[in-house]
Amino acid sequence: MLRDITLGQYYQSDSVIHKLDPRVKLITTMVFIISLFVVDNFIGYLIAALFLTMVIKLSKVPFKFMVKGMKSIMILLMITVVFNLFLTPGEPLISVWKLTITKEGLRTAVLMAVRLTFLIIGSSVMTLTTTPNNLTDGLEKLMKPLKVLHVPVHEVAMMMSIALRFIPILLEETDKIMKAQIARGADFESGNLIKKAKSLVPLLVPLFISAFRRANDLAMAMEARCYRGGDQRTKMKPLQYKKRDVLAYTTVAAYLVVCIVVGRILPGMFSA
Amino acid sequence: MSIILNHVNYIYDGDTEIPVKALDNVSLTINDGEFIGLIGHTGSGKSTLVQHLNGLMKPTSGGVYYNGADIHDEDYDLKTLRSKVGLVFQYPEHQLFEVDVFSDVCFGPKNLGLPKKEVELRAFEALRLVGFPEEYFYQSPFELSGGQKRRVAIAGVLAMKPDVLILDEPTAGLDPKGRDEILDQIQKLREETNMTVVLVSHSMEDVAKYVGRIIVMNHGKVMFDDTPKKVFKHYKELEEVGLAAPQVTYIMHALKEHGFAVDTDATTIAEAKEEILRYFNLTK
Repeated sequence: MLRDITLGQYYQSDSVIHKLDPRVKLITTMVFIISLFVVDNFIGYLIAALFLTMVIKLSKVPFKFMVKGMKSIMILLMITVVFNLFLTPGEPLISVWKLTITKEGLRTAVLMAVRLTFLIIGSSVMTLTTTPNNLTDGLEKLMKPLKVLHVPVHEVAMMMSIALRFIPILLEETDKIMKAQIARGADFESGNLIKKAKSLVPLLVPLFISAFRRANDLAMAMEARCYRGGDQRTKMKPLQYKKRDVLAYTTVAAYLVVCIVVGRILPGMFSA
Repeated sequence: MSIILNHVNYIYDGDTEIPVKALDNVSLTINDGEFIGLIGHTGSGKSTLVQHLNGLMKPTSGGVYYNGADIHDEDYDLKTLRSKVGLVFQYPEHQLFEVDVFSDVCFGPKNLGLPKKEVELRAFEALRLVGFPEEYFYQSPFELSGGQKRRVAIAGVLAMKPDVLILDEPTAGLDPKGRDEILDQIQKLREETNMTVVLVSHSMEDVAKYVGRIIVMNHGKVMFDDTPKKVFKHYKELEEVGLAAPQVTYIMHALKEHGFAVDTDATTIAEAKEEILRYFNLTK
């Protein structure tokens, strides 16, 4: 039942995207998100859609996995759309009772929906094609310059990778404890809100205990292997840019330029 | 009164690139009052199988029947089924959550909606059945030893008065003494209550002494389903799938190979002793 959560889940496959350096993927995701906010016309989004489709096709991850991740933000998306639809002032299109849908409102609502959808799908492509370890490795390397400002980069990266590593473990544990309590007649579904919240006690108490136990064990194991943080620590597989990474960077740069030209400069030229 | 599995298949992660067939066309009948050992190495599908018996998992195809009724019928009362088919998970002590032992055992019968007196009576009885010392009834379950915690967790299921008790690796992580204690307790409990018991384990040694029927799982399939004596006859095949017959089986076979005409059927040390003595008295 809890296996449906895709956010932060890795999909095993053997594609070009999977093999890319995590730094490339991180920067690409960032550029992609920026591009979504740079463009605000439909041609721009068409280009973004094409780019996204290309990446998804290359990644060999089934499309339904991306859609699964969408379910979690459906409510947020709905609220955004509804608010934009009714509350944007402008030229009225349809008017029902006190609610007015304006032309501008419709436009912003659709653009917002597309923007959010692309944003989520774009970032889930990254997490689906990059193992958590790789991802934190990339982050650590990207954030290295911050060390000058005494930011504990390695520690932050380590904390992140541990946190990410624990998500599937704790999900599995939750599933197990839930089943064990259901086997003892527990009911997690029916009843009102208070009853439901109360029914979570038999789940949460064992879950917290197990999380602390695991954290304790892990700390002990790390200490036993003389873990001392990031100083002078070398990597077994240091990140190194390859030819395909350079190619990917070029593609991304080209994409960003096209986006800026189509999304910002071209419309300006036409209106001028 | 029986549990019937009819051509049950279960596929894990059916929509990824690597679907795993955890159960492959399993058909079984578990009769009333049987003491069954369910054996298989890690990943053979035994835990998946037991979770089908009380409706926690739904077969991808095939049917599960309890007392003749299909448990996945829309109006079937799964909650009652789960009180009738009690399942004790692996490391059951991880499910303890109450402030004291007694209230934790009360959780199951309380969920059945029984009156308070009945709930407490059942909890008391269950704790007695697993041989839990009365002076610790109101202690926090987290302060107990591993073996005691496990007893409490088993009592938590027993308090629902199930007709069938399934224990998934009840001895995992216990020392030899704790293991023998738990297994002896289960044996005693069975004699007292006449419950159907399914004991899941990866160790033949553990179950050979107690059970009347052994089901061996391998790669989601039922490999053998017979009395221990007959199953252990296939000790070479068992070895091939990463399992082993009890050590006495090997000794008896080795004796026979060296020219002593003993019967190789013995599965417990006591039986082996008797058989060897019989043979020596005969040849004297």
